[in-house]
Amino acid sequence: MNLLIIAVAAALVNNVVLSQFLGLCPFLGVSKRINTAAGMGGAVIGVITISSAICSLIYDFILTPLDLTYLNTIVFIVVIAALVQFVEMLLKKTSPSLYEALGVYLPLITTNCAVLGIALTNVQNSYNFIESVVSGFGTAVGFTIAIVIMAGIRERNEFNDVPESFQGMPIVLLTAGLMSIAFFGFSGIL
Amino acid sequence: MNKCVERLYNGLIKENPTFVLTLGMCPTLAVTTSAINGIGMGLSSTVVLVMSNLMISLLRKVIPDGVRMPAFIVIVASFVTMVQFLMQGFLPSLYESLGIYIPLIVVNCIILGRAEAYASKNPVVPSIFDGLGMGLGFTCAITILGAVRELLGAGTILGTGSSALADLTEFGYTPASIFILAPGAFFVLAFCIAVMNKIKKKHGMKPAQVPDYCGGKDGGCASCSNTMCGGRSIANAQNKTEA
Repeated sequence: MNLLIIAVAAALVNNVVLSQFLGLCPFLGVSKRINTAAGMGGAVIGVITISSAICSLIYDFILTPLDLTYLNTIVFIVVIAALVQFVEMLLKKTSPSLYEALGVYLPLITTNCAVLGIALTNVQNSYNFIESVVSGFGTAVGFTIAIVIMAGIRERNEFNDVPESFQGMPIVLLTAGLMSIAFFGFSGIL
Repeated sequence: MNKCVERLYNGLIKENPTFVLTLGMCPTLAVTTSAINGIGMGLSSTVVLVMSNLMISLLRKVIPDGVRMPAFIVIVASFVTMVQFLMQGFLPSLYESLGIYIPLIVVNCIILGRAEAYASKNPVVPSIFDGLGMGLGFTCAITILGAVRELLGAGTILGTGSSALADLTEFGYTPASIFILAPGAFFVLAFCIAVMNKIKKKHGMKPAQVPDYCGGKDGGCASCSNTMCGGRSIANAQNKTEA
């Protein structure tokens, strides 16, 4: 039950993009078409789930016993960068079709601040291994929901008559703002 | 010396990271609930930017090309950790209110972007001024956003929680608290960029575009040479398939 609450809170109530502002670069940059948005979402779900598992293990079994927890930012970002490289190589070797679908999104993910953000939040909330994985997975699902909805709205928006000054970035930000208001509705469910 | 002034102008106005390049959006939106937070975040990013530009410029002939990104990341992360401890020690209240966004300076596109695009190719002094210009440009932009959101959402000017320079609520203003909540960040930034677009159009410049990984050859993240940010690698992959 506790795990369910963590997952729902991470996915909907504290939506990573719309209420914590993490991972905005891909959210704004890869949301032009629904299928690319879904591809990005899939890659993010994979990477965040694995990275929160590995970062949690490293924190619990290497940094804490050695009293090096103050190095967590440095260690986590290096681990995440290495992990993304590794996943990319692994996919290329073992599953070319999956690599074809998700490969281009992988390098984008390293500096997706959501990945590092979740690893750090897990440590801050002192989640154990299972809780970290669940919260990472929930967050990534929340990211996917947000980016796919955004892409759907932007596809429709193309045919609308937007005032000249608001074309491009401003209208996308306004859309995100309205979505953010809608996601406030979820704060009642916990 | 001229080169240094040119770097400052470039960072503050010509290539302002927030309003012109739309880089580093996460902290821009997340911490600008008040002007003080904006200043704090901006100045800590500036310190990291100047120090990492200095270090990377000094080491630019030592770091092998193949591993430069990991090397840059480790350098930036070390300075961020130092800044984090200094803030925790000397400015605990600001540290509390900025929270997780301090360690997240590591993944701010602006910092790695400048390291890759400028500091790794140029001598030390211009690199320092480049970092200073970009950092101050970022600071100004997020302070403006913070001040607008604070004024509309809390009715104060430069408030610090307990005291404020001016408090509009005393004059019967009812704060619209949505502006200090998440949606307000999107709305205020959208209007700021729309105003900038209007001004730019008057001077015949190109408006700010959404950084578009999937087809962007110029503008926004795609033109940023920070390969860790990924925008560039996507654009490269795209250009390769088109060619």
